[in-house]
Amino acid sequence: MHESGDVKIPIGPQHPALKEPESFLISLRGEKITASSVRLGYNHRGIEKACEERTYTQGLYLIERICGICSHSHSTCFVQAIEEIAGILVPGRAKYLRTLIAELERIHSHLLWLGVAGHEIGFDTLLMYTWRDREVVMDLLATLTGNRVNYGINTIGGVRRDISLKQKEDVLKGIDILEERTKYYIELAKNETTLLKRLQGVGVLSHEDAKKLDAVGPTGRASGIARDVRKDDPYASYAELDFKVISVNNCDVYGRTLVRLGELMESFSLVRQVIRKIPDGPILVKAPRKIPAGQAVSRYEAPRGEDLHYVRANGTEKPDRVKVRAPTLANIQSVSKMLEDRYLADMPIVIAAIDPCFSCTDRLISIRDTHKNEKNTVVWETIRLKGIAWYKDRGVDFTALNKKLTKLF
Amino acid sequence: MSEEKIKQELEDKFVYLKDAVTIQRKGRIFVQVPLSKFEEVFVYAVKQMHFLALSAITGSDRVEYFEVIYHLNQEGKILLNLCVSLNKEDPQVKSVIAYCPSADIYERELMDLLGIKVSGLAQGHRYPLTDDWPKGEYPLRKDWKAHTHHEEAQNA
Repeated sequence: MHESGDVKIPIGPQHPALKEPESFLISLRGEKITASSVRLGYNHRGIEKACEERTYTQGLYLIERICGICSHSHSTCFVQAIEEIAGILVPGRAKYLRTLIAELERIHSHLLWLGVAGHEIGFDTLLMYTWRDREVVMDLLATLTGNRVNYGINTIGGVRRDISLKQKEDVLKGIDILEERTKYYIELAKNETTLLKRLQGVGVLSHEDAKKLDAVGPTGRASGIARDVRKDDPYASYAELDFKVISVNNCDVYGRTLVRLGELMESFSLVRQVIRKIPDGPILVKAPRKIPAGQAVSRYEAPRGEDLHYVRANGTEKPDRVKVRAPTLANIQSVSKMLEDRYLADMPIVIAAIDPCFSCTDRLISIRDTHKNEKNTVVWETIRLKGIAWYKDRGVDFTALNKKLTKLF
Repeated sequence: MSEEKIKQELEDKFVYLKDAVTIQRKGRIFVQVPLSKFEEVFVYAVKQMHFLALSAITGSDRVEYFEVIYHLNQEGKILLNLCVSLNKEDPQVKSVIAYCPSADIYERELMDLLGIKVSGLAQGHRYPLTDDWPKGEYPLRKDWKAHTHHEEAQNA
């Protein structure tokens, strides 16, 4: 509860300490936070409503754009629900390819987080190192799917691109490099005084509170909740793969760091298993345009935790309802607990430690351009064309980038 | 506890749930709960059957009525989806925040996007719409169309 004698500081929706728009109201007594509340919704874009007015395939492309970091998580979760309703049996090879992209995505997301965490505690060398290393996995994703972020690999009934022998070798080479780097970061996390002093005992979320507030993913697993959808409710090819659910009882930001580092090592092992075990066969089965009436709840372990999609079909080519519950929405409610009685200076790292993604969390309404007092609805096509023109004006040549990527391997 | 046992327990405990429990597949149970009995089924599922975690609440407009689905899970494994139907004239549900504190944001979403009243929810920020969002406009209702909204906003 915010009390009248305390100093109240609004942080956000636009603030240098925040990477995306959200708004916190912090009550302070001296340097200590006595109460905090959060207001979300600034990234609401209307995706759930928009899906109801689009075909399943169009919706898939939109769903992939919920998030620029864990785009594969959302698209996989969505197609799984549709495939369940339509009774589509996805070929084994496609399931393995979905798993491969999922784990590569987890690697890039966790490395990204490690860099952000470094930055938030003033350890920018860590940011530079991890983001340099992350380029290896970004390049792998680009060679496998054609894109660094929104991969567009999923389609209803399977995947859109197969993997070649050369690509498999490239993946294994890249994973070897990243595993070496991650071992170094694990050593760093164990011994580096800056990290230990700045992360231990910060942003504490007890096991009981994490359970009560339904924390998911690394946030929950760092508070001793050993839950992972890949293990508890296996999808894609996880039931056939061997991996450990990493959980610790540190209950602080340091614990969240250890969990993510441990998960990176598990992901390297999973990628190798996928490359070794991937079965031959088709990557896609034909899906009907009209999906029979029915409903399904699909779950997926995104890098930030459980992603949940509910889809209801009504027999037409458009869904009747699409609901998305991204992991950040489940975790944001723990932040107030983590901030309780902590110093204001800890706030950036505490928020960053749940690895928040507000684009995932907020999802609604068409964009209005009010520039020069003119109100126009900006459609996707205009945004796309503007984007292409913007890069063209600045001489960005994607052909050259592709050549550079090929050279790397 | 297996899906079959959960179904059996629910049907034995609540006679009105006979034929209302469907096992869709491994790990997915859907239950159609009468609105008047919702609280007792919800509390029993949480307290006695240990469906302690609330994954999400989904509200939707089924044209003739509104539907609210509470997605509960047991140790992260089995999802128990409790579905209730609300009449369109006065759509109202009781807040479950006393049993699941994480329900807060999902219940605010029900209020904002569908105009479903949630009784027992403390005052707080709205979510996810803006503070100046026009009163009485609920985007996830089937009769709400984005283009109509924009035309009205432009004419205002």
